[in-house]
Amino acid sequence: MDIHEYQAKQILGRHGIRVPQGGVASTPGEAMRVAERLGGRRWVLKAQIHAGGRKEGHFEGDPSAKGGVRVLDSVDAVGLNAEQMLYHVLVTKQTGPQGTEVKRVYLEQAVDIQRELYLGMLVDRRSSRVTLIASTEGGVNIELAARRSPSSILRLPIDPETGLRDQDANNMAAQLGLEGNAAEQAARVMSIMYDMFIANDAALIEINPLAITREGDAVALDAVLTFDNNALFRHQDIRALQDDTETNLGELQAAHHGFNYVKLDGNIGSLACGAGSALATVDAIRHYGGEPANFLDVPPDSKVGRVKDAFELLASDPAVESILVNVFGGGIMRCDAIADAILVATREMPLEVPLVVRLSGTNARLALSSLRDSGPPLTIADNLADAAEKVVLAARETRRTNRRGWWDRVQGALGKQQNDS
Amino acid sequence: MSILVDANTKVICQGMTGRQGTFYAERAIAYGTKMVGGVRPGWGGGKHLGLPVFSTVREAMAATGADATVIFVPPAEAAGAIREAIDAEVPLIVCITERIPVLDMVQVKRALEDAPSRLVGPNCPGIITPGECKVGIMPGNLFRRGRIGIVSRAGTLIYEAVEQTTANRLGQSTCVGIGADPVQGLTFTDCLALFMADPETDGVIMIGEIGGTAEEDAADYLKANPGAKPVVAYVAGRFAPPGRRMGHAGAIVQHGVGDAESKIAALRGAGVHIAESPTAIGATMASVLG
Repeated sequence: MDIHEYQAKQILGRHGIRVPQGGVASTPGEAMRVAERLGGRRWVLKAQIHAGGRKEGHFEGDPSAKGGVRVLDSVDAVGLNAEQMLYHVLVTKQTGPQGTEVKRVYLEQAVDIQRELYLGMLVDRRSSRVTLIASTEGGVNIELAARRSPSSILRLPIDPETGLRDQDANNMAAQLGLEGNAAEQAARVMSIMYDMFIANDAALIEINPLAITREGDAVALDAVLTFDNNALFRHQDIRALQDDTETNLGELQAAHHGFNYVKLDGNIGSLACGAGSALATVDAIRHYGGEPANFLDVPPDSKVGRVKDAFELLASDPAVESILVNVFGGGIMRCDAIADAILVATREMPLEVPLVVRLSGTNARLALSSLRDSGPPLTIADNLADAAEKVVLAARETRRTNRRGWWDRVQGALGKQQNDS
Repeated sequence: MSILVDANTKVICQGMTGRQGTFYAERAIAYGTKMVGGVRPGWGGGKHLGLPVFSTVREAMAATGADATVIFVPPAEAAGAIREAIDAEVPLIVCITERIPVLDMVQVKRALEDAPSRLVGPNCPGIITPGECKVGIMPGNLFRRGRIGIVSRAGTLIYEAVEQTTANRLGQSTCVGIGADPVQGLTFTDCLALFMADPETDGVIMIGEIGGTAEEDAADYLKANPGAKPVVAYVAGRFAPPGRRMGHAGAIVQHGVGDAESKIAALRGAGVHIAESPTAIGATMASVLG
């Protein structure tokens, strides 16, 4: 689960990591009032979206090409720039080309920076340990630095028995070239990060940059905090921070119904059980020359109602020109449950595009015979290869007929005009 | 022979009295698995499915001498169940439970470092040696005894590989679902090593997916230990859009590492035969074996 920067900073601050004074705003006037309240002469205005790369991003339709992080010198400039950001679409490397609409901005006092460090913490799969990652190359170029000189990235896997030991944190600070007060403060930030990580079941804590000021203070200028979805059951306070407004409507519906749905650009809808199987279904469609319209994984423990909701989500997507249901029954997933869901869904809402069904495994024969007897018109495939080939052909056929339909309408309209004149 | 489990493997079930535990323990018994007991705190001395129930894993081990335990305990308590099995020194622990918090698994992995137990999973369908022993949730009738080892991160894709190997007149020696969680027990590398040493396995199919570095690690292992047995791999998610979450916590493409192309290149470099599509897994193995 992702949260916004301003929320992450509030949590950091509560745990004792120093963050700049700041305030959140959803109108330009509010932003100006935050600037006045904070005081000072320089502020940083930051668009709040669930994606990084904001500084190098640009706003859709804004020829100035200014990004989502701006340093400003007057209250008026704060208002003007907030107006340019709010309710405009910010496109960054991490949002994808469609961008994300900015609904909040965060305003902070600018900080005099002497050095910028990178600190990150995540669960490293290879060592199976919470791992501290640090670099002197803080700021926007961390990814470039990691690629150019991997040795500039320091990694410290942390033994869960001991936690992050003071001597290891101090050692890390020294390796970052810090001394005196700055080293002490940076080491303290690392220890707090680890405690926060464990206490909140974090998935990622990133402070980039951690600024070292002229006075030797360590200040978190930007923060990314994400949480382990599987542990939210023991963190009601974190669950309450969730902002759903950024999620695509279809994806939101899917999350609500308990299946995994990702919208893709193509025209072939597909439904599978299990994430691996859903990935493979998309791969197979591509392999046979088709363009998948989505990734849809219905968890194997789903009831008929949930499968029906998933099927309806597919069938109601206007981009979809053919549908493949690819389910290998096993475990608790039975093919007859899939067949029942298709029967109920198509009875309520007749399908307008061809349907190809591949069912194997538990109760497949039963499911296929009930679909044949009372189901909608459909094509049954013997295996995944057969299914992918058939659904790709079916999509082409839909497109051809639709085009012909369009041409017939044009011809009809022309004929009518001629008759009129 | 086969790997990890065979006709002699004695299995207990943690969480056997629950809905899922009951359902799958019943099926395992019907398949012929030597189920010898169940564990449920406070139920010691009782019976379920005709088997003795114990309050602790330690008691179950003392009474049955089990070789393996299969865990169907809800996510919040699952890591505790695994740790109890580690403390009782159960040789093989198979955890089916999904959605276990990752930090709980970090603790489990730490406990495994100093222990003699092996863990498979979590978030996996388990292990099956066709015709001999099933420790997990796979539909038994799908499998055919044969000489191909299968190891997969994605649960349902095992069935795909099984159907295709059977269609190509190749059966399976043992199939292991290792699960797709970021912190897990046995890896591809561990299972490849076991299959390479197993005289009843002639070839290995590994099914990977995007995210993590388990496939790259397996490639490194195969390069360092070139075996006589052919390995066929399919990596799911070749056409997944990068940087988007795809349901499995594992399936996240991060910073260009762990995407399908990097995994395929690494595996190919280690002499692995790549199935270009999920539809070509069985045929690729059949053509490699000739």
